[in-house]
Amino acid sequence: MGPITLLSAVGPVWAAFLSPELASRMQFGWTISVHIIFASLSIGLAPFIIYFTWKDVRTNEQRYARLRSFWVKVFAAGFVMGTVTGIPMSFQFGTNFPQFAEVAGELIGGPLAFEAKMAFFLEAVFLGVLLYGRDRVENRTYVISSVLVGFGAWLSGFWILIVNAWMQTPRGYEMVTRNGMEVAKLTDPFAAFLTPRMPWMYVHMMNASVISVALLVAGVSAYIVWKKPDTEAWNTALKLAVVLLIVSAPFQAVHGDAYGRHVEDTQPQKFAAMEAHYETGQADLHLLAFPKSPGALTDPRSENLVTVSLPAVGSFLASGGDFDAEVIGLNEYEENPPVALVFWSFRFMVGLGFLFIGLALWGGYLTYRGRLSDSTRYLKAMIAASPLGYAALLTGWYVTEIGRQPWVIQDELRTSEAVSSTLTGAEATLTLVGFVVIYVGLVLTALYVLKWLVREELQALGVRESNEGRWHGPIPGVSDDD
Amino acid sequence: MTDSLLPVDAYLVESLPEVWFGAVLFALGMYVVLDGFDFGIGMLYATRTDEHERETFLSAFGPVWDANEVWLVAFGTMLLAAFPRVYSRLLADNYLLAIGVVLSLVFRGLGPELREQRDDERWKRYADYAFIGGSVFAPLLFGMLAGRWLFGGATLPVVLTGVGLVAVSVVTGAAFLAAKTEPVLASELRTYGIGATLAYLGGVVVLLGTVVLTDAGGAADTVLSLPVAAVVALSIAVGLCGSVLARRGQYRAWLASALALPTLLTILVAILLYPTIYPPTGLLVREAVVSPLALNLVTVLGFPVLVLVLWYFKFLYGVFSGPIEGEGYGG
Repeated sequence: MGPITLLSAVGPVWAAFLSPELASRMQFGWTISVHIIFASLSIGLAPFIIYFTWKDVRTNEQRYARLRSFWVKVFAAGFVMGTVTGIPMSFQFGTNFPQFAEVAGELIGGPLAFEAKMAFFLEAVFLGVLLYGRDRVENRTYVISSVLVGFGAWLSGFWILIVNAWMQTPRGYEMVTRNGMEVAKLTDPFAAFLTPRMPWMYVHMMNASVISVALLVAGVSAYIVWKKPDTEAWNTALKLAVVLLIVSAPFQAVHGDAYGRHVEDTQPQKFAAMEAHYETGQADLHLLAFPKSPGALTDPRSENLVTVSLPAVGSFLASGGDFDAEVIGLNEYEENPPVALVFWSFRFMVGLGFLFIGLALWGGYLTYRGRLSDSTRYLKAMIAASPLGYAALLTGWYVTEIGRQPWVIQDELRTSEAVSSTLTGAEATLTLVGFVVIYVGLVLTALYVLKWLVREELQALGVRESNEGRWHGPIPGVSDDD
Repeated sequence: MTDSLLPVDAYLVESLPEVWFGAVLFALGMYVVLDGFDFGIGMLYATRTDEHERETFLSAFGPVWDANEVWLVAFGTMLLAAFPRVYSRLLADNYLLAIGVVLSLVFRGLGPELREQRDDERWKRYADYAFIGGSVFAPLLFGMLAGRWLFGGATLPVVLTGVGLVAVSVVTGAAFLAAKTEPVLASELRTYGIGATLAYLGGVVVLLGTVVLTDAGGAADTVLSLPVAAVVALSIAVGLCGSVLARRGQYRAWLASALALPTLLTILVAILLYPTIYPPTGLLVREAVVSPLALNLVTVLGFPVLVLVLWYFKFLYGVFSGPIEGEGYGG
């Protein structure tokens, strides 16, 4: 077999590689999906950690020490995962989207550097103290460390979202030629950092993190309470998580509605994709949508959907009060984002959001009746709901990011122009596969770590491993250490 | 509104681009020094089979490695903020190396974290492989990336830069551990440390010799200059002094001199780069830097924070100073 035959045999394999652009987008989307779970875990857990640490130091009650120690371990595991997945992210602008990094460097580099210097260091340094320094620093310093770790996590989100919000609604720059390339030059830092999108995004994202973690804490607590109902610590945690959910879940819906109007104002194309609204004109609001055929999954047009809709309410919401308002349709644009992904992601997120409100109200009612930990049905529902916050959070991101396509910087730079020109399909595809394999391992590991921590906790509470199902009555031969 | 606060058309000080060149290299140096000893600990970890010793090693860097690693992100983002073209070209031109670095760091970070989650021999062994492998490959590939930055495509200098970073990491790792562990273990560690010092110094001489002979990246003239000779001579002096201190059992002094080696290495990198910032393309610092307003802004907002960060590090290392106790640091 000569070299030519060999080449022609390899040819089809070579052709099977994705294009550098598609592979890079998938790689970025995949790595940020995993990263965002851990990043938002830090953000959402921060209030819990601060509260438990403060209560522990102040009251010296066993239950707070127990909760602090458990959730700090989860936080630490999440932070390590967040760091190891965050460092690739900070490189990917350069490795996969160098044209973007170069065009936008002057605008995004500052906030990203501030994120590292103001927030990431704060979090990493004081997490070291929080994890290993209990008997090495004073109580007050210890509590302050937990506050600084939490503050670092929330500040991190602030700087990152400044960058992302700028990509959605870019301002404060002008295009100039530097080293033979058209790049954005910073002209007004206030405009560039405080874009119209920034406050919307920050509130929505931080609250989404709080909801996700409240559901996770509620789920873990519900599981432990289900296994051992009389544990004071976990009943406390469950109640706390439910209270947090009662506040955060309805707020997200109200805020999300107003946020949608803002998107219609600033990114009409994305808004149209969210509603699969093709013809410019009056828009209905699809409360629920189901595909009539499998084809409607990939091409959701209203004639192919069974919908529960409010006529003209889409116009009403988009315009803030006018039922006849014209909403621009997707047909007006030359190139649209993958509409199906945006449309279904949006429905998925909103649907889950309403489910969370339902769970919150149910939990509120049970708390009011003093039956929160007695309702096996509610405990099971919360256990089942524990990963759903993250599902909503991720699909929300898909709406935001995929909905902006074909632009990486809205109306300024196309994603296709941002991708590395030296990158080959083979390199991009193979590293994509590498990232997928390694990050799947990472996510599985994180889940195992959580599982082991829960099992360890149950053992410490005296629940025997063989004990399937819910335990009723006192557990024999176990000291009451809670 | 902003015009009155910050100059828009001129740098705050005339030499601000050079200051930022220095600041970016400073962050790089902090990373090479601090995460360097973490890598060294990871490599020396491979020489231990005793469970207690392994846990001592992990305790030594447990509270600080995460914070140390942030210097890499600080370096990357500062490079992006001040010299976006260098950032994008460096990473795009060296795609596989860059991805290799980040994946190595994934394994290095994950290993110890996973290890402690489960009391199972096989599990721990795999976690240890991840830790050791990541600790070897991260500095090797990062060094090679630096080599590509300095010398372009010339293979031998690039590989030697990677190996040099591995060796210097072993030196600092050994010195750091020796200063934090019991005398018996420390005296074993110094053997590795001294060996690595000699390997590192030899490697630097061979590397620079190769660069002169082959004129890799057009750096031959720079290598033959006085500043380079001074840094090399100083490195040799510091390395030899350190080895003597190590033999005498003065481990804290040894640590101080060992940390000087990667510091000098970073200075060497700065000398080899300047006045260009991406020698293979001949791009100058002044050409690659962002516009005055952007640079002024990151200076005014960023430099005070950098000072604060150094203070945090002082605090962190203060809290966890002194030898490691039997069980490591308390939770």
